[in-house]
Amino acid sequence: MLHFELVTPEKLVRSESVYMVTVPGTEGDFGVLEGHAPFMSTIRDGDVLVQRTEKGEAERIAIRGGFAEVTAKGLTILAEQAG
Amino acid sequence: MASLKALKLRIGSVKSTQKITKAMKMVAAAKLRRAQEAAEAGRPYAQRVEQVVASLARTAQITEGSSPLLAGHGRDQVHLFVVATSDKGLAGAFNSNIARLARRRALELQEQGKTVKFLTIGRKGRAVLARQFRDGFVHAVEPGDLGKLTFADAKGYADDLIRRFTAGEFDVAHLFYATFKTVLTQEPTEQQLIPVKIPAQSAQPAADAVVEYEPSEEAILDSLLPTNIAVQIYRAMKENAASEQGSKMTAMDNATRNAGDLINRLTIEYNRTRQAAITTELVEIISGAEAL
Repeated sequence: MLHFELVTPEKLVRSESVYMVTVPGTEGDFGVLEGHAPFMSTIRDGDVLVQRTEKGEAERIAIRGGFAEVTAKGLTILAEQAG
Repeated sequence: MASLKALKLRIGSVKSTQKITKAMKMVAAAKLRRAQEAAEAGRPYAQRVEQVVASLARTAQITEGSSPLLAGHGRDQVHLFVVATSDKGLAGAFNSNIARLARRRALELQEQGKTVKFLTIGRKGRAVLARQFRDGFVHAVEPGDLGKLTFADAKGYADDLIRRFTAGEFDVAHLFYATFKTVLTQEPTEQQLIPVKIPAQSAQPAADAVVEYEPSEEAILDSLLPTNIAVQIYRAMKENAASEQGSKMTAMDNATRNAGDLINRLTIEYNRTRQAAITTELVEIISGAEAL
């Protein structure tokens, strides 16, 4: 499972284990699964798609401004606004 | 000696003042808890942004082309003091402590022949500093309730600062606020905002893995630096909000206690005066009876 964190300046919005997250990067959307290579990208305004299970429905979270960071520990999205 | 009636009125008025200060103390306590929670909730974001900026800034070379927010204008003649206080008083020494620190640093810099300008966030700081540094004021904003301040507000302040910096209005910006230590102690703090200070980290980044950047490292850094400034301001405002309420709580607690002491003293005086009146009456009756 992928550890996913969504943080805004006001609070920690999400911190959970999920199957896959699709992030709206500045240069295109990218999906992050467990074991993704270290990666950092700025994001454009749009929706993050969070898939809890492989077959499950994706949840949409609108975000604005910020960047996403993939490390060995998981994916962290630092957004200026979320939800 | 005051008359009985005057004393009674006085006791009544002190009692109602005590009720007010007690209520204010309880309101401050409730607001303090919320302000502290808000300050804590904002910490993960601030830490992350700081880490990322620090690690990017270390790897990216500071060159002619890099952002002036990081490299500076190459001089430090004009300093801008961003002094964050609150709009309201009745918070003990909270506002004056911040203003005092700013004033001391301003005088130090002026002695070295630098120019100091002021931008105040909060009415109280402005009132104190305007007396001494009338010419240096560039802007003053009044944020209202510090607890309700959002990140968007902080970003607004940051954008304004960056615009002034880019226009060459100043070379170095310092931020003054009070760090919340405990309810009893709030420490006035100075922090350099622009150019961004890279925290010297003793521990090297643990992961030596090659990180891919999209777009480039420099582009990410450029977009992050303004955010970082907004984050610093936001954090300072949250610290200030907690400090203000803590300071207010302590001040109002003291006021309540002082009112209690005053009531005790006045009550004793009231009782003495009453007893004196009774004694006088008794003496009059007894001596009248003896005369018969």
